[in-house]
Amino acid sequence: MTAVSARTGMTLRLEPQPGEVIDRNRPLEFTWNGQRFPAYHGDTIVSALAACGERIFSRSFKYHRPRGLLSASFLDPGCTVQVGDEPNVRGAHRRVEPGMVVSAQNVWPSLRYDVKSVNQVVGRFLTAGFYYKTFIKPQRLWPAYERVLRRFSSGGVVAKDSAHGYYDKRYAHPDVVVAGGGPAGMAAAVAAAEAGAAVLLVEEEYELGGHLRWGDAGQLEALRELRAAVAAAPGVEVMTNSVVNGRYDGNWLGIVQRNLPHVVERLVKARAKTLVVAPGLIERPYVFEGNDLPGVMLSTGVRRLVNLHAVKPGQRAVVLSANPEGDAAIDDLARAGVEVAKVVDGRRGPTIQRATGSRGVQAVECADGTVVDCDLLVTAVGWTAPTALLNMAGDRPVYSERAARFLPSLLPDDVLVAGGIAGDGPLEQLTEHARAVGREAAGRAAETARSLCAGIPQIAERRAGPPDPEPAVALPELPVEDHPALFFSGTRGFVDFSEDVTAKDLIAAAEEGYDSIELVKRYTTVTMGPSQGKLETVNAVAVLAAATGRTIAETGTTVWRPPYAPITLGALAGRIFEPVRHSPMQPWHEAAGATPLVAGAWIRPDSYGDPAGEVRAVRSGVGIIDVTPLGKFDLRGPDVPELLNQLYVNKWSRLDVGSVRYGVMCAEDGVVLDDGVTGRLAEDRYILTATSSGAATVQEWIESWLQTERPDWRIHVTPVTTAYASINVAGPRSRELLGRLVEDVDLANEAFPYMRVRVGRIAGVDGCFMWRIGFTGELSYELHVPASHGLRVWEALLERGADLGVRPFGVEAQRILRLEKGHFIVGQDTDGLTQAYGAGLGWAVKLDKPDFAGRTELVWQSRRDDYFRLVGLQPVDGSVVPPEASQIVLGRGIAGRITSSRMSPTLGRSICLGFVAPSLTGPGTQVTVRLPDGGEVAATVMPQHAHFDPEGTRQRG
Amino acid sequence: MLLPCPWCGPRNASEFRYVGEQTVRPDPATADPAEWRSYLYMESNPAGWVAENWLHRAGCRRYFAAERHTVTNQVRATRPPDAEAAPAQHADAAAAGRAGEHVREGRP
Repeated sequence: MTAVSARTGMTLRLEPQPGEVIDRNRPLEFTWNGQRFPAYHGDTIVSALAACGERIFSRSFKYHRPRGLLSASFLDPGCTVQVGDEPNVRGAHRRVEPGMVVSAQNVWPSLRYDVKSVNQVVGRFLTAGFYYKTFIKPQRLWPAYERVLRRFSSGGVVAKDSAHGYYDKRYAHPDVVVAGGGPAGMAAAVAAAEAGAAVLLVEEEYELGGHLRWGDAGQLEALRELRAAVAAAPGVEVMTNSVVNGRYDGNWLGIVQRNLPHVVERLVKARAKTLVVAPGLIERPYVFEGNDLPGVMLSTGVRRLVNLHAVKPGQRAVVLSANPEGDAAIDDLARAGVEVAKVVDGRRGPTIQRATGSRGVQAVECADGTVVDCDLLVTAVGWTAPTALLNMAGDRPVYSERAARFLPSLLPDDVLVAGGIAGDGPLEQLTEHARAVGREAAGRAAETARSLCAGIPQIAERRAGPPDPEPAVALPELPVEDHPALFFSGTRGFVDFSEDVTAKDLIAAAEEGYDSIELVKRYTTVTMGPSQGKLETVNAVAVLAAATGRTIAETGTTVWRPPYAPITLGALAGRIFEPVRHSPMQPWHEAAGATPLVAGAWIRPDSYGDPAGEVRAVRSGVGIIDVTPLGKFDLRGPDVPELLNQLYVNKWSRLDVGSVRYGVMCAEDGVVLDDGVTGRLAEDRYILTATSSGAATVQEWIESWLQTERPDWRIHVTPVTTAYASINVAGPRSRELLGRLVEDVDLANEAFPYMRVRVGRIAGVDGCFMWRIGFTGELSYELHVPASHGLRVWEALLERGADLGVRPFGVEAQRILRLEKGHFIVGQDTDGLTQAYGAGLGWAVKLDKPDFAGRTELVWQSRRDDYFRLVGLQPVDGSVVPPEASQIVLGRGIAGRITSSRMSPTLGRSICLGFVAPSLTGPGTQVTVRLPDGGEVAATVMPQHAHFDPEGTRQRG
Repeated sequence: MLLPCPWCGPRNASEFRYVGEQTVRPDPATADPAEWRSYLYMESNPAGWVAENWLHRAGCRRYFAAERHTVTNQVRATRPPDAEAAPAQHADAAAAGRAGEHVREGRP
């Protein structure tokens, strides 16, 4: 869209108002649906548009009815717009910026002429439970329905090529968090700070002050004093344009902060010792026919528009007022030059019947039968206490007939309330109460700090918390005043503006048997839109109560859950704190163009471009692989053999110094947990290795035995995974290569045979150890080098072995090599149900040991033969590689699966490992493998896991 | 949820791994399958006080025993796994079910 001409100016802008937040010295321009509009700094998107005479800002969710301003606040349901590539922006809250590109959402072809408003005509088909009833059958058509419905759903457009904004994250530990920066919140924050607490004051608007900001001269003066007190109070951090979005156990609060330069949003996770909830009251809309027409506004919306943004909200108004705030709005309208054609006093009986008009209010029909032409209808019928954070703290608010709203009932000790949510009263009384609440909050925070640290000597003194406040006094009670119970005048009005739910829909749901408010909510989606019930809940309850012949108190209210306000995915994702690990040889791998493999936290080379070639190099000459992620633990102490005997199914008592042994660990359920080799380097020093992915689990497993079951064992365990760089040198010429670099170890087969460990000096590096083992099936040495010298040894191996054709190989080549050799990988070839015998590890299990982890289950497994077993498999057609996880089928049933499969460069055919049913384990058995495309291939069960060199002569050579 | 680690003090629950309810490892020599599998898989899961084990995984890496109320997530006692439990602290836990006779760490 390109901007065309600038529109006419701000024709509805009033003379300067005492409390206005716009800066008339800083005009700016932005575009709305492709047209340029003027504005002032401090305007919201919608206040700027309203000043230019715009009245329609969106089309509604289901019926595509035109919608305009209602509350002119954060919650305004009709003002959601698209800003650039950001969808679902609250247009009555977001401040306009120079050059901002704003457009309407959910309209086609335009906001003025929306084709989908035909839904209004067919509206009788879009009743309660419409989605549930209409698109359920036949189920196979749901994908088609979904595609069409999605086009009709509201919401903006997510641009796939949007730049990533900077979203931040912060952890905070304030003593007191005050949610809400109106007069009560400010007073509570100041009092808590003066009592010594560190306070976080969070306000969803751009400025502190709440309703005082659109008040009279006296209220503006009170606002100045309160703001000055906040500024002067020690230890109050103020977050404006920020929302406390959730309260969880132990006052763990999620706060979305938006008032930061260079940061789109920051998610603050605050652990507050005390939470003071002071959100004020939200004005409740009135339900009547036509109550969603542009021009029907809440009294607070009108007052905000006039006093904060100096915008004339209409020309000729009807006002329905049932409270002093509504009466004040009448004064504001008069001052703004709006003709107040009629005032209906809601405290004295019948109110208004309906508003009529096509694209906005044109006339209002009152209950007394009079019809008044007007373009503005202002309602002031009462208030909703936004008890969302209290709900999240376990409170179930109770309805007060007198106050005509829900009031807090049972709060936990660490949550307090202040302001209108707690009760009524003049400003003085509310702020005095809030100050008492603030002092009490600080006192309870200090008490919490003490009890949290009690019994922990090393921190009890260090974190004493705030000093003692004055002796606790009982909190003063706030009274509630009489409020008329005005909720609806007829059944045709909208209860939920964001979800397009009418009173009729709720009554229909009740007639269908949905008599609980929680069921009606889910069935009709009432209160489930972006404003999350803050405008709608009490009206919904009132309509349902009337429809079911109960009182509001009997009907109860819905439970408000997090989030308090819709939250962006960016804020939730935030800055990502994910550590990445790599070996000291990583710079070399990157320079060599290695394909990276992300394995848990590790980044390691998957290949250097030619896995098959890398395999051939290992089989015919020599290759080296970086195996640094291998889990390594340095075990010392006289009781290490006891630990090994307890953790492994194998026997460890006769492991000589200089020997290594392969071991299998099982959990207490007999399921294979990990495997690896452990070597004895000295009389009381062992190195235990675990799989790269299992290292963390193994460490916790070892520690659980040492800390809880056998604290008497004298053993020290030090994780040394990253203290050593590990390199496997594999291939028939590995001894020759190593001989050129190792100085003080005799590498001859007799002196350093298979399954032995030696400590020595490699490429001039002291303190290395190496063991002869063979995951690849070749003669191979695993070198463990102090990490800081890893790169040096790696480069020396390549340099000194150039004439031997030494090649680096990656994880993929290693996986092929080990599969050729039939070595299983825990977690790849086993799963969470694979007990040791099923994995073919019976040879390792020593049931004659009196105890080891998993022994009990393995004893029972050893007496059965009804379990699936891991076997070597070769497809009859050696050119077919069945994808891993392909099923093995028998008749109509599943009789196993392929766990590993590759094309073997050495054998020139495909090879597999797989699990098969007990009846299929015999060597030579033909099994049927079903491929993902539905085709089937035959495969033969091999006599052993190893496809290559089953005798193991190569690794011993 | 805030958990008071007996070594580090109160920390956010995300630093910990929940190990399981406190159970006693049966004697492997004599345990029958029902007994062993009850040890492996069965939890009493009361709505009330429960004695359980936690690991301060992202902190001191120590296992410890805790008594937590499963409804309110209130934690009234934590201690090293090998420390003797004060009998008085177990009154509710015993009433709520079975947990809490002995401190024992479960499986990973």
